[in-house]
Amino acid sequence: MAGADPAEAVLEVRGVCTRFGNARVHDGVSLEVRRGEVFALAGASGCGKSTLLREIILLHRPDAGSIRLLGQEVVGLREEEALALRRRCGVMFERGALFGALTVAENVGVPLREQTRLSGPLVEQIGALKIALAGLPPGAASLYPSELSGGMRKRAALARAIALDPEVLFLDEPTAGLDPLSASGFDDLIRHLKALLGPTIVIVTHDLDLLWRVADRVAFMADGRIVGVGTMQELSRTEHPVLRQYFVGPRGRGAREQSWKRG
Amino acid sequence: MAAGASPGAGPSGAGADVEVLGGEVRCSGTWTVDRIDRVEGRFPDLARRAGNEIVVDGSAVTAMDTAGIWLLHATALALERQGRSVELRLRPEHQALLELIRSPALALAEPAAGRGGLLPRVGRWALGALDQALAMVSFVGESAIAGTRSLARPSRIRWRSVLQNIQTAGFEALPIVGLLAYLLGLVIAYQGAGPLGRYGANVFVADLVGLAMLRELAPLLTAIVVAGRSGSAWAAQIGTMKVTEEIDALRTVGIAPLELLVLPKVLALSVALPLLTVFADALGVAGGMTMSRSELGVSFQDFLDRFSQAVSPADFLVGVGKAPVFAAVIALVGCHQGFQASGDAESVGRRTTVSVVQSIFAIIVVDALFSVAFSRLGI
Repeated sequence: MAGADPAEAVLEVRGVCTRFGNARVHDGVSLEVRRGEVFALAGASGCGKSTLLREIILLHRPDAGSIRLLGQEVVGLREEEALALRRRCGVMFERGALFGALTVAENVGVPLREQTRLSGPLVEQIGALKIALAGLPPGAASLYPSELSGGMRKRAALARAIALDPEVLFLDEPTAGLDPLSASGFDDLIRHLKALLGPTIVIVTHDLDLLWRVADRVAFMADGRIVGVGTMQELSRTEHPVLRQYFVGPRGRGAREQSWKRG
Repeated sequence: MAAGASPGAGPSGAGADVEVLGGEVRCSGTWTVDRIDRVEGRFPDLARRAGNEIVVDGSAVTAMDTAGIWLLHATALALERQGRSVELRLRPEHQALLELIRSPALALAEPAAGRGGLLPRVGRWALGALDQALAMVSFVGESAIAGTRSLARPSRIRWRSVLQNIQTAGFEALPIVGLLAYLLGLVIAYQGAGPLGRYGANVFVADLVGLAMLRELAPLLTAIVVAGRSGSAWAAQIGTMKVTEEIDALRTVGIAPLELLVLPKVLALSVALPLLTVFADALGVAGGMTMSRSELGVSFQDFLDRFSQAVSPADFLVGVGKAPVFAAVIALVGCHQGFQASGDAESVGRRTTVSVVQSIFAIIVVDALFSVAFSRLGI
């Protein structure tokens, strides 16, 4: 948006604690996402990244702490206020979460029909535009989710997430389960959309290639805390043992060399 | 900047607005997806009023997203198709958006065509039904082949699974089947009490309850309850396994899905359903006896004396004899619908519903066929 302060925090997480029974998932997580950046939340599987995402997008309530999204406290928000906030966010779930009874075009049309008062034909046209922006061929619009390949399903989910031109776009594991070629295609797509539409993007991922190629800043999660925040260059130089393991492992080195070659 | 916030505008500023000044269409305000509904209807009409050479001035638009630019672009295209010329003047940052949606690399889908008229739809439906019928026949055939192969080598039958299915589909269904049969017996005796009492034929209530329950109602009731309870559960179980590719996984480790999933169920139900039917017979007659004593004053002793004269062992066997056939119908239809699931979770739900509807339908059809056959044979 014109005139917005680039350093303004779109998302502030302060001291979030989460417990499932006796298992402590988050033990005082704090982080800050600035307007217009591509922020990635990284960490090993099961370290609580996705749970934190669910807390930010109002699907799960943390046991303690505060989360401010677009200037509004999320924890304990009433449902009517939450709706206004949800309208400004787009979410792409890990497995797409496309509605199985609807075609791709109808899936993308759902937020438009629910949240705006636009006419049917305009909804269809805007939906078709978003499907094309997500890099799907025109023929995919009339298919059902069960007829799509994994990569196409992710793109359809992304098209639905950007249906309302959200200010903040949350992507949960956008490249998980994709072959390397599709995954790198998805990296490019995210960068492309970022350049075109300019949303703040929050990515939850453990894909090192995605981290190197797309993320402006990365927060690394381990043991229920953030153990490092910064650019990938900065993080790869830190001495934290968990981060060393992550970056010095064979795949970590490979991803880094790849990202250099691509320049 | 747009003029002061108009009523109804939300936190992010004024809604979209449009006005005509001379040959120029002035757009202002916030042209975003949640705002442009205010101008969507008016914009093309206003633009048409501006004459044949239209200038659309968007420099007063404070915020624009892809939906807003699409509305401008699509309207301009429509006007140009009517032979007018349209010039869009936009802020540089909005110009970039316009270039994006104009880019030839962006292939847009045409709006989906309808699914055709009545005739194609009826045709598609008929072909679908035919496919279903053929698939069912081939499934029964495959199961029969797998069944004879297993019977030749009984050690390959999964006895554990058979016993488990007898437990879940048979033993655990005892309370519900018993209760419903008892209530049905009560109701039949109660309905019969009026007419029989008027003719003084009180004791013939034993004929009514005995023949109705043993020959028809107990087998039907049991089969319908089991179809709803177990047939649907099996369709859902196999359907879920199909969707999550567990069926394929079974094949890759060398287990025939039919042998593991279908035959034990058919075998188990062929044992359990006749036993459940006997149980339903007993409770149904007990219900009839209870009602006969309270409504018609027929004592248990009198009822049973008349019952043993009225009802022959053949009547009992006719009822129980139908049960294994019903069992095969329920198990095969349920499993077949499970295997028909494909794609997503929704299809599992649909197949489960279809399995119940089809098995109840098939049970009643088979029962009617039995009635015809028995009457021809004079049983």
